[in-house]
Amino acid sequence: MTITKIKLYNYCNAYNHYNQIMSFRLLKDKAYSKLMLVFTSLSVSIVLFIGIGLYCKSLPVLHKSSWGSLLTSSEWKPLKGLFGFFPFIMGTLWVTAISILIALPLCLLTSFYITEYAPNRIRKILVPFVNLLSGIPPVIFGVWGVLFIIPLIQDHIAPHFVEFSTGYSVLAGGIVLAVMIFPLIVSIVCEVLNTIPGELKDASLALGATKWETIRKVSVRKATPGIVAAVVLAISRAFGETIAVLMVCGNNPVVPHSIFDPGYPLPALIANNYGEMMSIPLYDSALMFAALLLFIIILLFNIISRLILARVERKLAV
Amino acid sequence: MIRRKLEENFFRILMALATILVAGSFFLIVGTIFYKGIPSMSWDMISKVPGGGFYIGKEGGVLNAIIGSLYVAGGATGLGLLISIPVAIYMNMYLGGKNIIANGLRIAFDVLFGIPSIVYGAFGFFIMVYFGIRASLLGGILAVTLLVIPILVRTLDEVIQTVPKELRDASLSLGATRWEMAKVVLRQIRPGIFTAILLSFGRAIGDVASVLFTAGFSDNIPTSLHQPAATLPLAIFFQLGSPVAEVQGRAYASALILTIIVLIITILSSVLSKRLSKNIK
Repeated sequence: MTITKIKLYNYCNAYNHYNQIMSFRLLKDKAYSKLMLVFTSLSVSIVLFIGIGLYCKSLPVLHKSSWGSLLTSSEWKPLKGLFGFFPFIMGTLWVTAISILIALPLCLLTSFYITEYAPNRIRKILVPFVNLLSGIPPVIFGVWGVLFIIPLIQDHIAPHFVEFSTGYSVLAGGIVLAVMIFPLIVSIVCEVLNTIPGELKDASLALGATKWETIRKVSVRKATPGIVAAVVLAISRAFGETIAVLMVCGNNPVVPHSIFDPGYPLPALIANNYGEMMSIPLYDSALMFAALLLFIIILLFNIISRLILARVERKLAV
Repeated sequence: MIRRKLEENFFRILMALATILVAGSFFLIVGTIFYKGIPSMSWDMISKVPGGGFYIGKEGGVLNAIIGSLYVAGGATGLGLLISIPVAIYMNMYLGGKNIIANGLRIAFDVLFGIPSIVYGAFGFFIMVYFGIRASLLGGILAVTLLVIPILVRTLDEVIQTVPKELRDASLSLGATRWEMAKVVLRQIRPGIFTAILLSFGRAIGDVASVLFTAGFSDNIPTSLHQPAATLPLAIFFQLGSPVAEVQGRAYASALILTIIVLIITILSSVLSKRLSKNIK
């Protein structure tokens, strides 16, 4: 009797003890869960904070003039309170367009070569170089642009077309940017091309098509969404690139009319004037407006391309 | 038939040329940096701070920028890890990894990754003005932390996904809570965490636009978080335009040092991730 009682007592004790430990462990689990939720929501809402913060800071300049006049006016006279962003927007567009025009064909051809033609041995050597290129910091691209591209344009390219150019031009910015977005486009397009089922290509080859015809009529068609996503992502990257472009672009606030004219992209405007922006009224607000503009455009482009890529991935998973 | 064969060969050569150009641009860049940087490299360059005033002083080296870069990149990566490890765990362990919310979060972090560093810099500057922090080491670290969080989260997220599901199921079925399971998984992905650290460090050490407003610039090595700090990219950016040849030389040498650091980091991380993927298989 007593023995069973003691046993029972012990059991109960152990059970209580177990319960205590278990509830403590569950409590710990819950506490960590809440903490992590806070971290996650905070870090994701950085997007919101940036958007709201920049918008609040650009309110003063938006009160003074409308969105339309800020975006379309070419008058840039901070001392008189005139902020027309048109030259800077055009500078950004020129540089971005040139870089995509240079990079896209080269990158597509490279991706085709890497995925379809290159023997395994060569592919293993090539891919790391593309990775290495993506690791190089922007400022190094800028130094390279100043030391290599600028003299090249000044002495060898520009003299064939215009009378005089310092080399600091939208073309230089475009070339440097093109090299910077090589790895981005190549890696995405290669990934997309690799996911195309081999049967499709085999079927085309079996019907007597050459390899190039197969690429053109099967691979490209299948990979179009992925290629579009890569290009959109590359455009947004080119839009926001600051230092490398700033170093080679000439930074003259007029609308460029040829590829040998200097330009002044938006990010360069922000980076170049942070020193004096606190001393001129509305100047800081105008620069924050520039940052807001960049942020909105890039946010949209990024969301579009990520959604396309996510869809491409989902299609493959099914 | 001959025309098609010709077309095939023509495009094949074109593709090979394009590939050579794309891969060759890497050599062109690194070659240019080495060609210009090596003549101005010396022991003084990496062991002394600049002397005789910034922009015109001819003596000394770039030790201030090297140390400053290490502080900023190290601090930002450390701080970023503290935030992103819980986030990655939350996405995979608590949200279950593959559902609408987790995938939405992934896209959000990808988008954050795409936001240019100049916007982070401007935002960081805005926050610093708001809280009354002057341009300092602390400001630089905070701005760069914002920049590296998306990289860390997405890399860790991908590494956690490579952990076999059986491992998680085993720990759960033994009665472990999700937090205890997370600890098991964290131990498993240690090499992956190291890869993430390297990637983030590489991005942090090379970025200019985010530290341009926030870190300030100084010829001295910062001794507290509230002093302005120089970084290697800033040293390159500010000194390249100098009319004094010696100061320009400092910029070239900084570029060389930065390139070497970044190349080592990139190679290390790719070797590591290759080893990691072998382990999993």
